[in-house]
Amino acid sequence: MESLIVSIYVFTLAVFIGFELITKVPPLLHTPLMSGSNAISGITVVGALLAANANNWKVSTILGVLAIAFAMINVIGGFMVTDRMLGMFKKDKKTEKGA
Amino acid sequence: MMIYLEQFTYLLASALFIIGLKFLGSAKTARRGNQYAMMAMAIAIVITLVVSGIAGPVQIIVGMVVGGLIGGVVAKKIEMTSMPQMVALFNGFGGIASTLVAYSEYLEPTTLPVTLDVNITLILSLFIGTVTLTGSLIAFAKLQGLMPGRPMVLPMHQVLNFLLMVGVVIFGVMYVMAPDVPMWPLLIIAAAAVFGVTFVIPIGGADMPVVIALLNSYSGLAASATGFVLSNNVLIIAGALVGASGLILTQLMCDAMNRSLFNVLFGAVGTDDSTGDAGTGGGEQKTVTRYTAEDAAMIMDTVQSVIIVPGYGLAVAQAQHVLHEMAEMLTSRGIDVKYAIHPVAGRMPGHMNVLLAEANVPYDVLYEMDDINDEFQNTDVALIIGANDVVNPAARTKKDSPLYGMPILNVDYARTVMFVKRSMGAGFAGEANPLFFDDKTMMVFGDAKAVVTGLVKSLKEE
Repeated sequence: MESLIVSIYVFTLAVFIGFELITKVPPLLHTPLMSGSNAISGITVVGALLAANANNWKVSTILGVLAIAFAMINVIGGFMVTDRMLGMFKKDKKTEKGA
Repeated sequence: MMIYLEQFTYLLASALFIIGLKFLGSAKTARRGNQYAMMAMAIAIVITLVVSGIAGPVQIIVGMVVGGLIGGVVAKKIEMTSMPQMVALFNGFGGIASTLVAYSEYLEPTTLPVTLDVNITLILSLFIGTVTLTGSLIAFAKLQGLMPGRPMVLPMHQVLNFLLMVGVVIFGVMYVMAPDVPMWPLLIIAAAAVFGVTFVIPIGGADMPVVIALLNSYSGLAASATGFVLSNNVLIIAGALVGASGLILTQLMCDAMNRSLFNVLFGAVGTDDSTGDAGTGGGEQKTVTRYTAEDAAMIMDTVQSVIIVPGYGLAVAQAQHVLHEMAEMLTSRGIDVKYAIHPVAGRMPGHMNVLLAEANVPYDVLYEMDDINDEFQNTDVALIIGANDVVNPAARTKKDSPLYGMPILNVDYARTVMFVKRSMGAGFAGEANPLFFDDKTMMVFGDAKAVVTGLVKSLKEE
């Protein structure tokens, strides 16, 4: 039970930090924010690695392997597409010079 | 000793996630922020592998490579117009990963004996993960056009939802009392799967930005719930950050439409997804003045300032690039060109900004609604392309309109209002736009790409 309490503490504080950080993100960046946070939610891969890490082919191991694959789609796909998008955002060179 | 190394490394990863998100908050540092988050993920994965000792390397490598390859190919190939679908689908993958991990943990617990709190968080993890999965699949199907975008309401829909929730609670209690009976967790998963479907099908296509943001939040909460099951703080923290982020975006989208989340989720608002309306005019007796692209180009030649209001119709017609060309031409003639972006332009939060960025439109000429609304009155031309509801003045005055109270772009204050539109059809909300009939309004009918291309051509000839 004690670990549950600690978990709830950590969760609650992290939610507050999340609210603080995200409120400041301008609408310009909302789509990359979503695809980026999508990649972050792929952190489940850590749990999946633990579940798949066994020297057998029990159902639990296979489920873990599937979970690794799904989470890795999120991680790699999410980070790469976010990077691709952010690479497109450019400042106007002309106005920079003109101003 | 290893446990300390592991915990401190997870702490480092969590901190990097937080710093990454902070940097994502500014256009200058956003790319670096994403890289920090990437690093955090890599660190978390490596330390997990190192500390747990790789017992069965083959399956782990296969899982990572297969998933990574699929993700990489999708990320490279995906069209920017399809970003909402991709995010919807990826949300679902996050959900199913959580469900799979939780169920695997149920079959082979990492720590024995399994305590009550682990069992409760396991139920939560199974439930949230599965709802995220099936809900996201429906959202994906609606956005991809695999299923109609209009709201689908079953008979006794809310009763059904309520019964499903009651079912989950009952199955959960039964599970906690007899964790060895394999039926209960499976029933929880089944009920959650149905609930995910019934939760999203009554939501109309136009409300999808809200739903994707909400499911984004759920995918984070699912990861967090898995973290509770495994008592793993980096999962809890990263999941909570995503959960908070999704919730904020959900709220922002609701505010931009002046709707409550409750109304979006249960109101079944909206008609079909298509922007064009079959009937032109919808029985309106008033007349509109039709113009051609050449007429529009002649006007453009005499003005000093233009504000472009892009809507999703622009993206559908793939007219972003030619629009940018036109804007460049106008700018080179000394005309002040700005873009006004409504928060719900496009199909997901911030979507229109990405679509324009792809067409090389610099982000510092993209203005948010609140920053540009006062400028319309000093502007010669408001050029609206493929948008309607977000500029409909009925939102200010017509109390019985579904749009009433929604913040809009004040295009009607500009000296001339130019609409480029396929037809007279109303927008998602089905509300006629009185601005079409205004004396200062020029209606240019046609496909956005064809019209803007015509505009560019005429401008060149002069």
